[in-house]
Amino acid sequence: MSFSEGKFTAKDIAEKPELFMSGHRACAGCAPATVLRLIMKATRGPTIVTNATGCMEVSATIYPYTSWAVPWLHTAFETAGANAAGIETALKILRKKGRIKDEQVDVIALAGDGGTYDIGIQALSGAVERGHDFLYVLYDNEAYMNTGIQRSGGTPYGASTTTSQAGTAVPGKLENKKPIAEIMVAHDMPYVATASPYYWKDLIMKARKGIEVNGPAFLHVFAPCPRGWRSDQAKSIELTKLAVETCIFPLWEAVNGEYQLSIPSKVIALAPQKKKSVREYLEGQGRFRHLFTPKYEKMLDEIQRFTDEKWKRLLKRCGMTLAA
Amino acid sequence: MKSVVKQEIMGLNGDEAVAFAAKQADVDVVAAYPITPQTIIVEKFSEYVANGEVNTEFVCTESEHSAMAACLAAAAVGARTFTASASAGLALMHEMLFVTSGCRAPVIMAIANRALSAPLNIHGDHSDAMAQRDSGWIQIYAENAQEVYDSMFQAFRIGEHLDVQLPVMVGLDGFTLSHTLENVQVLGDNVVKRFVGTRQLPTVLTHDGRTVPYKLDPANPMTMGPVAMPNYYFEFKRQQEEAMRNALRIITQVHEEYGKLSGRYYGNGLIEEYQIDDAEIAIVCIGSTAGTVKTVVDELRLNGVKAGLLRIRTFRPFPAEDIAKALAKVKAIAVMDRSMSFGGNGGAVYQETRHALYDFSTHPSIVNYIYGLGGRDTSPRQIRKVFEDLQKIVQTKRVEEKIRYIGIREGQGGKDE
Repeated sequence: MSFSEGKFTAKDIAEKPELFMSGHRACAGCAPATVLRLIMKATRGPTIVTNATGCMEVSATIYPYTSWAVPWLHTAFETAGANAAGIETALKILRKKGRIKDEQVDVIALAGDGGTYDIGIQALSGAVERGHDFLYVLYDNEAYMNTGIQRSGGTPYGASTTTSQAGTAVPGKLENKKPIAEIMVAHDMPYVATASPYYWKDLIMKARKGIEVNGPAFLHVFAPCPRGWRSDQAKSIELTKLAVETCIFPLWEAVNGEYQLSIPSKVIALAPQKKKSVREYLEGQGRFRHLFTPKYEKMLDEIQRFTDEKWKRLLKRCGMTLAA
Repeated sequence: MKSVVKQEIMGLNGDEAVAFAAKQADVDVVAAYPITPQTIIVEKFSEYVANGEVNTEFVCTESEHSAMAACLAAAAVGARTFTASASAGLALMHEMLFVTSGCRAPVIMAIANRALSAPLNIHGDHSDAMAQRDSGWIQIYAENAQEVYDSMFQAFRIGEHLDVQLPVMVGLDGFTLSHTLENVQVLGDNVVKRFVGTRQLPTVLTHDGRTVPYKLDPANPMTMGPVAMPNYYFEFKRQQEEAMRNALRIITQVHEEYGKLSGRYYGNGLIEEYQIDDAEIAIVCIGSTAGTVKTVVDELRLNGVKAGLLRIRTFRPFPAEDIAKALAKVKAIAVMDRSMSFGGNGGAVYQETRHALYDFSTHPSIVNYIYGLGGRDTSPRQIRKVFEDLQKIVQTKRVEEKIRYIGIREGQGGKDE
């Protein structure tokens, strides 16, 4: 895939106007807000954004205010995929009929993990199957944060949420995260990638690729929520680094189904001693606090074991083997 | 009636009439999902697409929910959009119906009215659309395939009118209309084109004082579908109701204009009065059953019985004043409902009609007949029986059962009627 590299130095990005502007009411330390700001730095021209119901929708568009400097549409929780399809289709026909300016207008759909893994997966899958040209950005904060931290299909094993509470009988969520990005690769779509805001340039480049590719693109962005994760507001971005370094959230791209590790994860693949223990990532988060008690600490080994297994599987997909 | 433009006759069933009208209306985007008895609409439209007969983007979504979400989004960009559904499909859209009317997106939708599960039933009744009567959509119910065809063009003009800007449903009774071949007079493509025009967009004021079209346009970035807190939400809803009130006026205007063009009128567009002026007894109903009632009224009139019919063509907005005026002198009224309002004080049409008459000093006797659920046939004999019941009410001045059922097995035996 060829794409125009764009100018993505820190200076270029700082100079580019903010399309997701300040003044929104996201919480201190909200990684999704940072993610959106970075995504909007990747646009190549006129862009329309559609947003599923969620934190980023309710905190940034409280009537009569808005943080959006681009046309923006919200309709419902499960409709990001279908809305993107409708927008793209209308642009296509209105351009053909000469009713709008003959120019490329890109379409970006934004949704959280609830709106993607769970309630919105049907609309997303349908839109991707039909081949609409849009970038879908999943900002994954691993639970329904907008409604008060309820578990979703994207909540990791062991996490305590308000509907998968860690108690004396149950140690938090008992199921793993759905492999959503892999599910999207299985749609035979042209571009799928994972990204972390710590590696901001990687994230912006991937968003740009997703915008430029013809057809649907899916970007899975890791985006901590300090309120929901019971983590330090100042450490949100640091957590997105640790998630990569522990291989909890490896960074990769799949271009036309061909997996390829992105540099931050490739570094770890080539130098396995750099791979950190999952404990380092988990211990800073209140949602995993119970795992550090004698009753449940065996679960830490389990998390380490399947993180390693998943990492091995990913390396295989990327045509790499685990270095000794 | 004199038609002012040349027209051709086509053999079309109701569904085909819808698809043909959508084709002539030069719709920009159709997003739809198949469901019986609406499928012929999407199949026919797909045929037009396959043969290059339409300049329309046709999106086969993976559900009705997504069909409505896609239509709404396309309308937000400024496209003229159309979809069709029925029964479970319309029920699945329920959430999006409110969002569409709330976003003031004039999506046009044909509903091949069908029963709701359970038990599963694919046949005609009004349960699907009646369940959506408070969703902020204009609802027009047709009596025959000709009216289905004519109503489609009116729907675009009404919904897209700047004083309205609301989505419109055009109802056609499942199978009775959707699948029955009729002779339909059709207008020429250019005549339709002139009548429906290109979609107009309302303008809105931007924060920096500019007047711009209400659409998703990179040249004039706009946030659509925001959060509105208790300090603003109420006004949005109040304005929607104002638009519904305006629709009463616009529906009659558009209907009149179309009538002059085609020579076809359906009452005043809101209600159709049939032998109602001097009627002592009258039936009020919606949809194709009105055709059967008209036949029976004609028979009764030959025998000197002052029977009449009031067909409600537009159920939302509800033309309460027109109905009350039309029924002012009638002594006994039977309101027919082809859906249930479980636990309610009769069916929806009955509740609304009865309510509309409350302010009149001459309170007529008014009873409710639930009929035809799940496609059960309603015969002229049964309609005659309804009029006989009304005559009895007039004679005895007594109403026994207020809520009655037509052609149903009652009691333990469950014997056929």
